[in-house]
Amino acid sequence: MSACACGEKVVLSHEEAFLKLLDKYRDYKGGLIPVLQGAQDIYGYLPKDVLQTIAKELNMPFSKVYGVVTFYAQFHLKPRGRNIIRICLGTACHVRGGAKILQAVEEHLGIKHGETTEDLRFTLETVACIGACGLSPCMMVNDNTHGRLDPKAVGAILDTYE
Amino acid sequence: MNNLNDLRAKFQEEYKQKLTRPRIVVGLGTCGIASGGGKVMEAIKEEVAARGLDIDIDFTSCIGMCYREPMVEIALPGAASVVYGDIFPDKVAQLLDSHVINKTPVYEWAAIQIPGEATPYEGIDIMEQSPYYEKQVRSVTSRLGRTNPENIGEYIATGGYEGLEKALGMERQAVIDEVKKSGLRGRGGGGFSTGMKWQFVYNAQGDKKYAVCNADEGDPGAFMDRSVLEGDPHAILEGMMIAGYAIGADEGCIYCRAEYPLAIRRLNLAIAQAEELGILGENILDSGFNFHIRIKAGAGAFVCGEETALLNSIEGKRGMPRVRPPFPANSGLWEKPTCLNNVETYANVPFILRKGADWYAAMGTEKSKGSKVFCLTGKINKTGLCEVPMGITLREVIFNVAGGIQGGGKFKAVQSGGPSGGCLPESKLDLKIDYESLTEAGSMMGSGGLVVMDQTTCMVDVAKFFLNFTQNESCGKCTPCREGTKRMLEILQKICDGKGEMEDLDTLDRLSRVIKNSALCGLGQTCPNPIISTLEYFRDEYVAHIVDKRCPAGVCAALLVYTIDAEKCTGCGACLRACPAGAITGEKKQPHSIDPAVCIKCGACISKCKFNAIYKA
Repeated sequence: MSACACGEKVVLSHEEAFLKLLDKYRDYKGGLIPVLQGAQDIYGYLPKDVLQTIAKELNMPFSKVYGVVTFYAQFHLKPRGRNIIRICLGTACHVRGGAKILQAVEEHLGIKHGETTEDLRFTLETVACIGACGLSPCMMVNDNTHGRLDPKAVGAILDTYE
Repeated sequence: MNNLNDLRAKFQEEYKQKLTRPRIVVGLGTCGIASGGGKVMEAIKEEVAARGLDIDIDFTSCIGMCYREPMVEIALPGAASVVYGDIFPDKVAQLLDSHVINKTPVYEWAAIQIPGEATPYEGIDIMEQSPYYEKQVRSVTSRLGRTNPENIGEYIATGGYEGLEKALGMERQAVIDEVKKSGLRGRGGGGFSTGMKWQFVYNAQGDKKYAVCNADEGDPGAFMDRSVLEGDPHAILEGMMIAGYAIGADEGCIYCRAEYPLAIRRLNLAIAQAEELGILGENILDSGFNFHIRIKAGAGAFVCGEETALLNSIEGKRGMPRVRPPFPANSGLWEKPTCLNNVETYANVPFILRKGADWYAAMGTEKSKGSKVFCLTGKINKTGLCEVPMGITLREVIFNVAGGIQGGGKFKAVQSGGPSGGCLPESKLDLKIDYESLTEAGSMMGSGGLVVMDQTTCMVDVAKFFLNFTQNESCGKCTPCREGTKRMLEILQKICDGKGEMEDLDTLDRLSRVIKNSALCGLGQTCPNPIISTLEYFRDEYVAHIVDKRCPAGVCAALLVYTIDAEKCTGCGACLRACPAGAITGEKKQPHSIDPAVCIKCGACISKCKFNAIYKA
């Protein structure tokens, strides 16, 4: 956000914000990580062409940029959804048809686990056990646990998340 | 040289004015906010407006009693100030009516009182004499929960930047001598003499030097650095400036975890405020000393708490450690001499300069001086933050300060020093807390997390937990740590699954020693500590897992057998309905039974049984 003389707030486009960020850190010693952090704030993740631009603008090999991105837990190379779904595949959920829940969610969203929907609404992940075995089969969406799931009903639950 | 006397007089007057006004203060550290302090603040604002009360509303940081958050303090002129615990929005109205309007505290919600000059209320513990604070000293944490961390005026009014003024009036070597004399040692856990470290940087040849603060606190169960950063950010800046002056640096950098957004925000604010008053920046207080501080947010890697990895990370590289020597004191950030200390170390420095090295050295033991901030977590009654003099015993901290074991359980072990530390049994509880004795016992001071465990904790599982953590966080640069942690974890997993053999213990022992001696950095060298210490003090638990195929604490799922006590079972069928695997059978109103071959040991039945008829062993 920046304010112009007339007092109207101007929302920068992604590209403009990114260029501003690069300008700020171009001659800054050790600026790679702040640039990556800033770029991820702008785009939500770190697309390949953005990484290539960063490498070029900061005058360093692409391999070095990629090496730093893959070292730190904070950086994502693939887009992340606004809502993170974690389907539990622990023993109890497995016995009670966790795989069927996963299948139902995959069909409902049209993606496989580990992927993100194109509209960036959901990222689908699987976990070993979320410790709610009494509610199996279950899943978590963001911080909310949904239990005793029925493959036919998961669609309705997901539709409540924007 | 300019001094701060005029400014200080002005701020002291303002602060005095503030203390003479009726006020309500909400604790808004991370723990307060997480318990709902923000909503309490809103409720207070609403209720105060609705009643048209003339009262100031302010906020502070964590006073240390995290187990009573959200906390609210009410102070009326001429009366003792009362700190209330567990104040949720629904209690605000009654609190205001009773304490502010009718001048009667709500005794049953009060945690402690701070009388000051006023007459104390009957029946509320006075802070210094309360069970939680009686054994504590508050120097590094003295402002936590007592002042507003976002107000530089309150910092200066309470003696802030006096240490810096004093230092700027001294020879640089004299400042280093003062820190040496105080006996302060690295509070990050290593325990190296801070004055000596400064001396090395001072002696190092270089046209440019740096002072760096390690605020990359990543140990599970440790949050003291976060509390100090959030509660007294100026103390860190002041400590760094004093270090910068003494060693001849003009630039400082605070490397702070990105997971601490509130700490980063308050540090940024503190830097801006100090710059505005001319306390930080060019020509500080007209002394000719320049110092600039910037903040670098980490990107999520535990190994970056290791000093050489941290420096690499600031330089924008992968956060991997390198071989020492050369030590950062000779070749650190951008290969320049660098003084690198932990948050708590820097926070101690202003007090040492202000009150003198002798005052500081009077506290503690022969080799470990001063006080140490600990985080109390685990199976204890009072989880929170405490500051105790060095030389206090573990028993006093656990049973006096932390109020003993939760739910009347039995103490089993205390883990100090995070993933690098060890687990100490009851026989070691009378150890005096200092660097040497903890190391000798097979643990270490570490950053200051104390995790207390009771009879429901499985020590093999604990070792596995820490190994899992270090294995995930190993940077992969050196083979002993990269491969060694993986193999040790596999063996521990095998033992927890009931497939262990007695030879495994010898293998673990050998691996531990080899990794300890051959890993590149502190993370690798200390990661076997949880295994070595549990093997030494709790070997019987390992043997029970391997030989008897049982887990005495009832934690390792693979070794548990769920059984229904026919005496207690009423045949209500709750467990049968809860069992996801269909392992429970039985007629209505007849005792049920569990088929161990089908049971998946998820514990769902136990949580549903109202008659305590199901047990695992």
